Amino acid sequence: MVSVGNHPNINLMAYSEVTQVSGYVGNFTVTVRQKASYVDKEKCTGCGVCQDKCPKKVIDQAYEAGLGHRKAIYKPFPQAVPKFPVLDRENCTFFQKGTCKACEKFCESNAIDFKQQDEFVTFPVGNIVLATGFDPFDPRRIAQYGYGRLANVFTSMEFERLSSAGGPTGGKIVLRDGVTAPQSVGIIHCVGSRDKHYNNYCSVICCMQSLKLAHLIKEKTGATVYNFYTDMRTAFKDYDEFYQRVLSEGTLFVRGRVAEVTDAARLPGEEGKLIIQAEDTLIGKQRRVPVDMVVLSTALEPRHDAKEVGQRFGISGSAAGWFIERHPKLDPVATMTEGVFIAGCAQGPKDIPASVAQGAAAAARVVGKINQKEIAVEPIRASIDKDRCSACRICNNQCPFKAISYIPEKNGQRAYSEVNPALCQGCGTCVAACPSGAIAGTVFSSQQIMAQLNGLMLLNVNGASVEEKVPA
Amino acid sequence: MNDKFEPLIIGFTCNWCSYRAADSAGLGRLKYPPNIRLIRLMCSGRIDTTFVLQAFANGADAVLISGCHPGDCHYVEQNYKAQSRFLLMRRLIAQMGIEPQRLQLLWASAAEGTIFAAEVTRMVEEIRKLGPLNWKSSQQLTVNSKQLAAAEVAA
Repeated sequence: MVSVGNHPNINLMAYSEVTQVSGYVGNFTVTVRQKASYVDKEKCTGCGVCQDKCPKKVIDQAYEAGLGHRKAIYKPFPQAVPKFPVLDRENCTFFQKGTCKACEKFCESNAIDFKQQDEFVTFPVGNIVLATGFDPFDPRRIAQYGYGRLANVFTSMEFERLSSAGGPTGGKIVLRDGVTAPQSVGIIHCVGSRDKHYNNYCSVICCMQSLKLAHLIKEKTGATVYNFYTDMRTAFKDYDEFYQRVLSEGTLFVRGRVAEVTDAARLPGEEGKLIIQAEDTLIGKQRRVPVDMVVLSTALEPRHDAKEVGQRFGISGSAAGWFIERHPKLDPVATMTEGVFIAGCAQGPKDIPASVAQGAAAAARVVGKINQKEIAVEPIRASIDKDRCSACRICNNQCPFKAISYIPEKNGQRAYSEVNPALCQGCGTCVAACPSGAIAGTVFSSQQIMAQLNGLMLLNVNGASVEEKVPA
Repeated sequence: MNDKFEPLIIGFTCNWCSYRAADSAGLGRLKYPPNIRLIRLMCSGRIDTTFVLQAFANGADAVLISGCHPGDCHYVEQNYKAQSRFLLMRRLIAQMGIEPQRLQLLWASAAEGTIFAAEVTRMVEEIRKLGPLNWKSSQQLTVNSKQLAAAEVAA
């Protein structure tokens, strides 16, 4: 990230949102809203004194997963690029109560600017790569797993913070009370994925993530670890070797979905523990496993605003909400909109190596496009016969790519609609919609389809007789 | 040859989902009746009312329009447009005295070869029960349409 931040050809716009995209490959115009961070980036040195002096502590739901605090003026995490802090208006004492300004007082370079406004920047770009990532599944939706209700049920993200040396416990794996090390831990796989009530897809990363967590728990606490899995999916290089290693470390694996996590003890030895009720499908029996700590390996979900983002950039998403690539095998980083590429979890759940590979592939595709100097477009396109067009504008609203524009009457030239060949993807909807038959679609013209239709009718289903001869 | 009525069905499939579904049915060696003939379009949104009417006029007993699942369209939302046209056409053909079941819509993704094959089998049986489309002047219309096509070429 640092090398990205320092690169002379990369303009990094953090804390910003694309609000508008128009144009086509090689010629997009993008409007970006740069949200007011109340820190002047020209003056800020990134020394961090404002963070130290800010008196307002806020629970950090993002990086610390709710386990730690940040200040009202903060950097998301210590190594964040760019190094400039952001002032959180909702929690800032000055913005809420009108007094404080501690950060302004202590800032040596006078970089704090409480009057800063959101800025809109418009600039041209040639290609766009969307790598908007994912949202973690909220396990509160599965009430029977008790997350948010039972103290010692953690999500995998919370656990990551617990086991991190820079985390709130300094890397000690402890229960919610902050002191007790767990004697036994249950890791539940597929929380919110491979489940028709939530998401049908496999979230890909959770098996390996759970194995890693199991390994960390074993290494740091020596606790007994149970993995409740649906299927172990340890595809890809060295992954199954790691699974074998975790197995040999003595981690226990129970194949079966967990029905519930409860603190209601029924049997001796269950008091004060969390009981995981699950079916062990390999022995065909119900099991109750008392543990001290439960870790939910949560699913990856599409970003909550993936649909709006997709519409803004003119690309489509699957029913689940992941962006759709041009071709699942042959063109996995391009989209149906020329010049817009996708990478990482925006396209579907994937792990870090796959995200890096896809990101590099998308970058290479963009570089390829830039070096070509010319854009090759697909031959399947629609075009409007200006003389036949009645300028009714029915086609204008049919196009999801905004490829059809209306040219109003001017200097005696009749009004008409026009297809931008760089934007048109060739679906043919406008061709079918045009009441004047003024739009022609290459390769799939009405004439060609009619000819197919007539040709198909010549073959008799019974195979007995061909009524007409195929015209030469 | 058997005397059983063999309906002729024209299927309009989109390039990305349902044509691939038919392809995967073939690759999977799935059997379905040969009564359906597919015409590939780039998108189910390309479906023109005239194609459907022409198919009926030419003697097809039924027409199937098939596209990607809602929300899965490779052209963002064009399958919804196909759907609205389908609903309109169903009403239209009903007014013309054609049973509305003769026009059907099927969402099938590229992976759903089995669904495609099963649906086609079901549809063929359904149309077989309905019997041939009683389109008295079909011959006449075929000629007319050819003349029209010829006129189009000339133009």
